Amino acid sequence: MASVQVSEMEESSSNNTWSSMLDGLGRVLRKCLFSILVVGPIPNHIAFVMDGNRRYSKKHNLVSDTGHRAGFMALMSMLKYCYELGVTFVTVYAFSIDNFKRSPEEVQSLMELMQEKIEGLIKEESIVNRYGVRVHFAGDLTLLSETVRLAAERAMKATAGNSKGVLSICIAYTSTNEIVHAVEESFQEKINELSVPNSDGYEPNGVDKGKRFIGVVDIQKHMYMGIAPDPDILIRTSGETRLSNFLLWQTAHCILYCPSTLWPEIGLQHLVWAILNFQRQHLYLEKKKKKQL
Amino acid sequence: MVRRRKRDRFMDLRVIETKTAFCYWIGEIGNLGLYILWKSVHLLVSLWYMALSVVDALESYFISRGLLKKYRSLDISKVRYLAIVVESEEAYQTSSVNKLLQWVAAMGVKQVCLYDMEGVLKKSKDRFLQKCDANLWKGVDGSKSLLDPSQLTLEFTSLSDGREGVAKAANYLFMKHLESNDQGGDLQRPNITESLMDEALRVVGSAGPDPDLLLVYGPARCHLGFPAWRIRYTEIVHMGPLKFLKYGSLIKALHKFTTVRQNYGK
Repeated sequence: MASVQVSEMEESSSNNTWSSMLDGLGRVLRKCLFSILVVGPIPNHIAFVMDGNRRYSKKHNLVSDTGHRAGFMALMSMLKYCYELGVTFVTVYAFSIDNFKRSPEEVQSLMELMQEKIEGLIKEESIVNRYGVRVHFAGDLTLLSETVRLAAERAMKATAGNSKGVLSICIAYTSTNEIVHAVEESFQEKINELSVPNSDGYEPNGVDKGKRFIGVVDIQKHMYMGIAPDPDILIRTSGETRLSNFLLWQTAHCILYCPSTLWPEIGLQHLVWAILNFQRQHLYLEKKKKKQL
Repeated sequence: MVRRRKRDRFMDLRVIETKTAFCYWIGEIGNLGLYILWKSVHLLVSLWYMALSVVDALESYFISRGLLKKYRSLDISKVRYLAIVVESEEAYQTSSVNKLLQWVAAMGVKQVCLYDMEGVLKKSKDRFLQKCDANLWKGVDGSKSLLDPSQLTLEFTSLSDGREGVAKAANYLFMKHLESNDQGGDLQRPNITESLMDEALRVVGSAGPDPDLLLVYGPARCHLGFPAWRIRYTEIVHMGPLKFLKYGSLIKALHKFTTVRQNYGK
């Protein structure tokens, strides 16, 4: 029953006049609420770990694919709220390299769902085009199947002209993999620099062993997530309090908010609560960030 | 006639000025109204947190007196490596940090990593080692087997072991790569793996075991730059400021940790 409801919602949410009236009312109420929130500082970058889709399916006796679809709907709502509020960067943890350990059927079904949704993002009326958001895929895309990778590249190309915000989708991503990749890229950059004649000079017998070739700044600029500033808030649903190899490098001064609700059940109230907590801690975190520099 | 037109124009300008001033003041009153609403919302949030802290204090009291059955038994063996992050300004309260270490050692945790951003705890490490009768963590290989297993082992880290540690490891790998190409020829693109990074971090002294649990003593729930490479699957729990250190809250956090089940992505 619930799976029918979810798929009906997916197909007819824009057709029904009654639901569009409710949508309009919701938008007006949200605008009033947001006009109060924006008196204080609004986070520039929010990250989401979408945990709990499978538990949601189990809870409502659905197949796990329905849980993931419901999760996608929840993601679209959260993106809408974030962009209406003026958050510029949003990052979501869609698929970890660790998730490849799941059963091949589940991985295959997730890949198919992701390809379907990525292609949906390219459409004119998609949320990213409505809010002028550029899509960026962060992760080792070579681990994905050809079709998903090509769809991701198409989506990045199609939205490259959008400049009001950035949506980073972490797919085939882990933080440790990101750090290793950034170090490799820094290596390559330094190797290129050293190969140029008349530069600081690569002398096989005379390399200054004390010299620091690679700095934190070099590594940081080659991170998959280098296009965005460090996140201000990280929201992980289902009450789990760990980062699970997500944005470990970038979350030094990021507020971790872990509501016990499952991802498909996340709502505006959770986002508002996270932002109110961010506003309470803002001055303290800014002070800490300045000290780090 | 000309004078009348001048007068009319003057009156029009006055009307426009009044309308603009009126709109401006309406806008200002509106902004003030929103500001008052915003402050009121934050006041309610603060009242909520105050009520929550009273409930927490009561619960902590009952737990430390052993009145809550649920927390009477604690399987501490699940906490093999505990990390404690302290806000640097509070890290100067060495007596509170010592008290916390003694509680943790008494509960049976044998390996603790102390972290604060600015390295305040690192500077007083001798004092802590003496007060808690603990050994200094000397690295994964070697000394571990020589240490008295019943004694507490302490590790001290700061922000410079995090991102800077990774940069140091990257430089170490780069130098090795340059040296291995001493014969000349084109420098190949190296293939770095996570295990190579692990090894490099160990060599430059920025490695350590991954903590199972990380307790944050500070105003905000964030890890303040604890070495990223080590907290992939670490449970992060916010304990509040160090000045409100409570034994019962510590037991509650450790107990909750023992009930957590991780899938590691599966």
